[in-house]
Amino acid sequence: MAESENIVAETAEKIFADLADAQTINRDNKGAWKAPLWQALTEAGLPLSWVPEDCGGSGASLAEGFSVLSAAGRFALAVPLAETMLAGWLLAQARITSPDGEMTVVPASPKDRITVNADGSLSGKARSVPFAKAAKHFAILASDAKGSLSIALVDAARCRIETGLGLGGDNSDTVTLDKVQPLTTKPAPKGFDQTRLMLMGGVARSLQIAGALESMLEISVRYSNERVAFEKKISKFQAVQHNLARLAGESAAALAAATSAADAIANATSFNDEVFLEAVAAKIRCAEAAEKGGGIAHQVHGAIGFTIEHILHRYSLRALAWRDDFGSESYWAVELGKLVARRGADELWPLVASR
Amino acid sequence: MTAALRFDPIRLPSECEQLRKEVRAFLAEEIAAGTFDPHKPNREDTDVPEFSRKVGARGWLGMTWPKKYGGHERSFLERYVVTEEMRVANAPTRRFFVADRQSGPVLLKYAPENIKMDILPRICRGEVCFAIGMSEPNSGSDLFAAKTRATKTDGGYLINGTKIWTSSAHIADYMIAIFRTSPPTKENRRHGLTQFLVKMKQPGIQVNPIGQITGQYEFNEVVFTDFFVPDDHVLGEIDGAWKQATSELAYERSGPERFLETYYVLTELVRAVGTNPDTRSAEGIGRLVAQVHTMRRMSVSVAGMLQAGKEPVVEASIVKDIGTVWEQQLPHRVRDLAAFVEETATNRETLEKQLDFAIKTAPKLTIQGGTTEVLRGIIARGLGLR
Ligand SMILES: Cc1cc2nc3c(=O)[nH]c(=O)nc-3n(C[C@H](O)[C@H](O)[C@H](O)COP(=O)(O)OP(=O)(O)OC[C@H]3O[C@@H](n4cnc5c(N)ncnc54)[C@H](O)[C@@H]3O)c2cc1C
Repeated sequence: MAESENIVAETAEKIFADLADAQTINRDNKGAWKAPLWQALTEAGLPLSWVPEDCGGSGASLAEGFSVLSAAGRFALAVPLAETMLAGWLLAQARITSPDGEMTVVPASPKDRITVNADGSLSGKARSVPFAKAAKHFAILASDAKGSLSIALVDAARCRIETGLGLGGDNSDTVTLDKVQPLTTKPAPKGFDQTRLMLMGGVARSLQIAGALESMLEISVRYSNERVAFEKKISKFQAVQHNLARLAGESAAALAAATSAADAIANATSFNDEVFLEAVAAKIRCAEAAEKGGGIAHQVHGAIGFTIEHILHRYSLRALAWRDDFGSESYWAVELGKLVARRGADELWPLVASR
Repeated sequence: MTAALRFDPIRLPSECEQLRKEVRAFLAEEIAAGTFDPHKPNREDTDVPEFSRKVGARGWLGMTWPKKYGGHERSFLERYVVTEEMRVANAPTRRFFVADRQSGPVLLKYAPENIKMDILPRICRGEVCFAIGMSEPNSGSDLFAAKTRATKTDGGYLINGTKIWTSSAHIADYMIAIFRTSPPTKENRRHGLTQFLVKMKQPGIQVNPIGQITGQYEFNEVVFTDFFVPDDHVLGEIDGAWKQATSELAYERSGPERFLETYYVLTELVRAVGTNPDTRSAEGIGRLVAQVHTMRRMSVSVAGMLQAGKEPVVEASIVKDIGTVWEQQLPHRVRDLAAFVEETATNRETLEKQLDFAIKTAPKLTIQGGTTEVLRGIIARGLGLR
């Protein structure tokens, strides 16, 4: 990892450690932690990491931004940092300057479409948009009747938002646009499409899931070394050790898949089948790891992990919730399977062995 | 702690891509010449001495070893590429693979110079086959329960006892084995084992075949009766084999052969479903491909750690654990999906035969090279639990 990459991630990590401690947040049901955290993130320029300096951002590299997301996952961060970063990145594709404040991307599911009307206004409905309720602006990808794609900056106040809650307790809202005039619209760059946006979001979520699994492993190992039963630390029971070894495997696999995909995207010269495989495989594998790994973490913690007082759910439920954003693993598995079939049996290994 | 579990996204350098092309071209030629059939992993002719020599002649054995021993001073990543291409093509690697992966590196580290000069160049030429003598009838997972004795005598040691499950002992020229040179101590029950180089096909050694449920013959019982091993065939420290065995196993546990043994059924499934699969088949294939891709990225990453001179014992155990569990499940998942394949699929018969064989192979995958339970114990130790 490059030196500068570490500095951006370290800055993020330090802010999370100071202001996003899971235990503190879990006890604070009024949400007083949110404002200082967001302010610190903003002062450090993190929400607009992926926005070039001449578009109002801090101009970090893709790789640097990805390592911020890993760290955000390790803290099960419950503010729209990933979403704002993605929105800024999307706007920057069309060289639209990012405004201050929380943003999110619309649509957040590969099946939803927003259309550009003849008068330049936008219409459509997007489901399960993360943190829509908290966002001041939306970065929207929309297509007109001829299929040309535009990227638009929209004032959230002009849209109808139906509040929804995801598994992890974060907002996952339905956004309806009824002939909404955007603040800015520009054509999307050549070759950009909704798949690209979904996969960028998917890799962000993969990194977050992998980060959450790292934390689940850490707190599960720690707990097993504290809890005494049958006159022993439970970490001394072979069955418990094997469960933790499996959790370590799931965590390692998720992290390997997610960082590999991030590396592939950060260094891609074109968005080809190999990059598609990396991104999609990460989302599928991380989602599977969230299920298996989260299950084990709860098993090791016993009933205590099932309580609202305990912090485990902050990681386990978010990891499960993140599976659904930007296309679920089932959706992407179908797309990947179709691609593999289209390329034919003898092209499968060359695809897998491409990096 | 978590630092141990990072698998950096190593990218194979460009020389690897060139090498991959050469290996593929070579394998295609050999297939065309009828040396082996890539669609028949269950064939009888898994030992093909000419094939070994050709692979050696290409410079693909002992790739990472010093030139003075016949090696090629290339990278672990280049070796990785050769291994995975051979594995995916179902090439007959039995004769040379153990020597290349495991025995050679042990000799490099622990053998006296005269032995290195004698044997390593021959391994590189694909002329010698090695077996590994660790397991015994009452010592498998519990490696340190090994009882086969090496008793000091004039100029060497006399060996008495039995090794079991010894792959390739029937064709091997040498075995690297652990024998008991003294009893375990109270403080350290691992103490007292020594690693030896054993020359096969000598008096005092008897190799008895053991059949396998796949119908193949691969491993053996090896009985030693007053078998003589000269002093310069001791490898490393007397009574200290336990330190040596663990790093050897890092080589054995992380390679592409640890998740690709049943891979062929996936290729055949893709062929059978055709270019326009239904949703269920597409989803099933997509999930399986995501798994194999992730395994491979982890395994490449471990090759990168070896290249960097690390001893990734825990990482290798993780790759072997997830990898063998995956390759064991794969034939069963492919079978689930094959139930929906058209009767008329052109490769239906091949797919069915391959599935039959892969399902019979599956039970051994999580046993060979250390059982899943043992590996999870090693990972648990790496997590600081023991
Ligand atoms: C195809 C194949 C090829 C092989 N080739 C070789 C070879 O070339 N050379 C060689 O030396 N060996 C070889 N082996 C042997 C292999 O390494 C052993 O089979 C393996 O180490 C397990 O030992 P075991 O069969 O004695 O089983 P056991 O050790 O008796 O284990 C039986 C079961 O008990 C479990 N168990 C044992 N101890 C524990 C524990 N402490 N905690 C939890 N579970 C435990 C095991 O995981 C396993 O599930 C080969 C095996 C196979 C299948």
